[in-house]
Amino acid sequence: MDFVNAITLLLNYIFVPALAYGSQLALGAIFVTLVYGILRFANFATGDMMSFGTMFVILFTFYFQSVGISFGVLPTALLAIPFAIIFMVGYMLIIDKFVFKYYRTKKSPPVQLAMVSIGVMFVTQAVVRIIIGPSDRRFFDGEKFLIKAGEFKEMTGLNEGLAIKSTQVITIIVTLILVSTLFWFLNKTKTGKSMRAYSDNEDLALLSGIDPKKIVMTTWIIAGILATIGGALYGLDKSFKPFTYFNNMLPIFAAAIVGGIGNPFGAFLGGYVIAFSEILLTYAYRKFFMYVLPESMEPDGLIQLLSTDYKFAVSFSILVIVLLYRPSGIFKGKVL
Amino acid sequence: MRKNLNVIAAYSIMMGLIILVGIFQSWNIALSIFNLCLISAVMTMGANIQWGYAGLINFGIMGFTALGGLAAVLISVDPVQEAWSAGGPNILFSLFLIIAMVLAVRYILKNYKKSKNRTYIVAAIIILGIVIIRFISEPGIEAIENVEPAKTGFLGGLGLPIIFSWVVGAFFAGGLAFVIGKVALGLRADYLAIATLLISEIVIAIIKHEDWLTRGVKNVIGLKRPAPYEVNLQQTDWFINLVEKFNSSKLNIITDLTERQKALNQLVIEGSSVFVKLCYSGLFLVVVIILLILTQKALYSPWGRMMRAIRDNEEAANAMGKNVVKQHLLIFVLGSAIVGIAGAMLVTQDGLFTPGSYRPLRYTFLIWVMVIVGGSGNNFGAILGGFVVWFLWIEAAPIGLYLVNLTTAGLDDTHFLKVHLIESVPYFRFLMMGIGLLVIMRYRPKGILPEKIEIK
Repeated sequence: MDFVNAITLLLNYIFVPALAYGSQLALGAIFVTLVYGILRFANFATGDMMSFGTMFVILFTFYFQSVGISFGVLPTALLAIPFAIIFMVGYMLIIDKFVFKYYRTKKSPPVQLAMVSIGVMFVTQAVVRIIIGPSDRRFFDGEKFLIKAGEFKEMTGLNEGLAIKSTQVITIIVTLILVSTLFWFLNKTKTGKSMRAYSDNEDLALLSGIDPKKIVMTTWIIAGILATIGGALYGLDKSFKPFTYFNNMLPIFAAAIVGGIGNPFGAFLGGYVIAFSEILLTYAYRKFFMYVLPESMEPDGLIQLLSTDYKFAVSFSILVIVLLYRPSGIFKGKVL
Repeated sequence: MRKNLNVIAAYSIMMGLIILVGIFQSWNIALSIFNLCLISAVMTMGANIQWGYAGLINFGIMGFTALGGLAAVLISVDPVQEAWSAGGPNILFSLFLIIAMVLAVRYILKNYKKSKNRTYIVAAIIILGIVIIRFISEPGIEAIENVEPAKTGFLGGLGLPIIFSWVVGAFFAGGLAFVIGKVALGLRADYLAIATLLISEIVIAIIKHEDWLTRGVKNVIGLKRPAPYEVNLQQTDWFINLVEKFNSSKLNIITDLTERQKALNQLVIEGSSVFVKLCYSGLFLVVVIILLILTQKALYSPWGRMMRAIRDNEEAANAMGKNVVKQHLLIFVLGSAIVGIAGAMLVTQDGLFTPGSYRPLRYTFLIWVMVIVGGSGNNFGAILGGFVVWFLWIEAAPIGLYLVNLTTAGLDDTHFLKVHLIESVPYFRFLMMGIGLLVIMRYRPKGILPEKIEIK
């Protein structure tokens, strides 16, 4: 029984939260990786683009709530996402047309494009803060828990409860659907294949008659979808604050590079690698050992490898180690 | 003279703007803008050495600034004796262990061939070392943090004049840059950017949470000053006389003696804070001028030529027998050290160290905007960038407010759009920075004062 309790404990505090957080990171990381692989620059505006998309989700959610539309037990935000995506994609295409296109056609070095993306970051951040303000916003409605800790205890008779928030389940399901569609698109359709070819070898792709304009447009559309959904899921699970989104850019970058930049599947797994290592290394295992070990060997301390303050530092250290020993990432991406 | 006309014109306009602020807002504001402009100028010079001379991207400026600030704390704060006696030995022993660990790893890496076993042994040493160090340092840290946590709760510093920290800050930042450089300089440009950005976040995390060393988010306040205190100035005779002399025409109009004394007191209070700021300006100006002379000399020296050659064509420079890796490391350390000086200067002028205030937007990306806008590769350009961007950063809110009032003049004062826009005036600075950066990158990619190299 103690053993089951210990497992439930780990499920409740490590596995489920890490899976949800990892999914949110994974979506962002695929966004970074696609932009890097096809448009060939490190996009420092990632976090702010995600907050821009989320802002539209929030605005539509508020609108729907004010006219009385709801999605039953599910959050209204899920209804708002498709509308937000339309605006987000429009924004991405406008930015590309007025900012990035010039440097792309000039074949500027990637560093210059990265600098330009910093300009975009500043502008996007300003627009988000001017429209919706810098404060914390919660836009979740509907049923909060799928399984409550108390119910779970009653059901199973265990000491440890397992609470599963509905946002966690929604996050994981939506991520799985989105990512599998994306992989299907990249691997089976003609446009997807030509995108991969373009990412792999630009000259050869152009030679075989692939239209670069179409590729770039598709990339921005996919990027817009990923950014909006990723941002909205994070906002639903935690809360929306422009500053947090800007900071999330860092673990997202870490995930993309750990997985091997330019490789969408690597980015997907990289998100989970980062999320799990962050939570595994900063969790206090005291209770776990209390269940598993006999009473005489019970630990005194918290048995915490690192204090939670270093959560972000964990992912960055992993990144540094990966960069040192395997610069192309766990799953071979472009060699840096 | 004519060649430098645009430089002189640009700087005159900048100074004119600051003087205008002095006349229309107040001299206090003008001087605080000017001081921060000088500090920003030092930071941009550091970033400019790395990017403009050598083409290295360093997005870790925030980390080096914070290390400089930490140096200011560790140099100037008086040592906390009780904390030292409570946990000092443990901390010193841990430090010794860390050094031993690093040496052991180095020894193994140097003397054994690359193999799987070597990697495992190195990993084992590091993991074992960290566990042992944690066991030893933990009671020490706890003891230190329990020494009057509301007032001290940390080891304190050396109790030296804070000016020394400007040099020590440079060494701290340079040391960190050496380690980072060894690790990360082999990466391609945009990866170096990401890696340094993330490493600087780690540095901030450590500074924020290692309370025994830095007091963490509890902040260190009331640092010593290199300049006199306002309160003391207000009571010294020569200062009061000086203020009286400066304002004699104004004071002579007032005939009533008590009224006159009141006016004089007011002037002395204002004058004292202006005077303190002027002291800082003088100190900062000396640093900026020394650095400017040094960097200009370096730029036109054979070494500067070599750096440009490496920047423009690494392979060719390598083929000519220049050690690219070594030079990159050198310039990375030098540039970061300059940023460290700026970090110490910043804490010196504020008189407080707040680890929570180090954010990448303000201390990394804004500095980069300054470098790009000013003109990379040109020291005068970099300094000008620091001035222009900081000036706009501060004055963006008033300008934004003016623009909002202008564009919504037709609307009622309580109209929701107008109220909302006026509330969000502080964020117009982001918009201004972003648009400024994009416009400069597009239409004047070399900055306001572009790089101009003439062989003398």
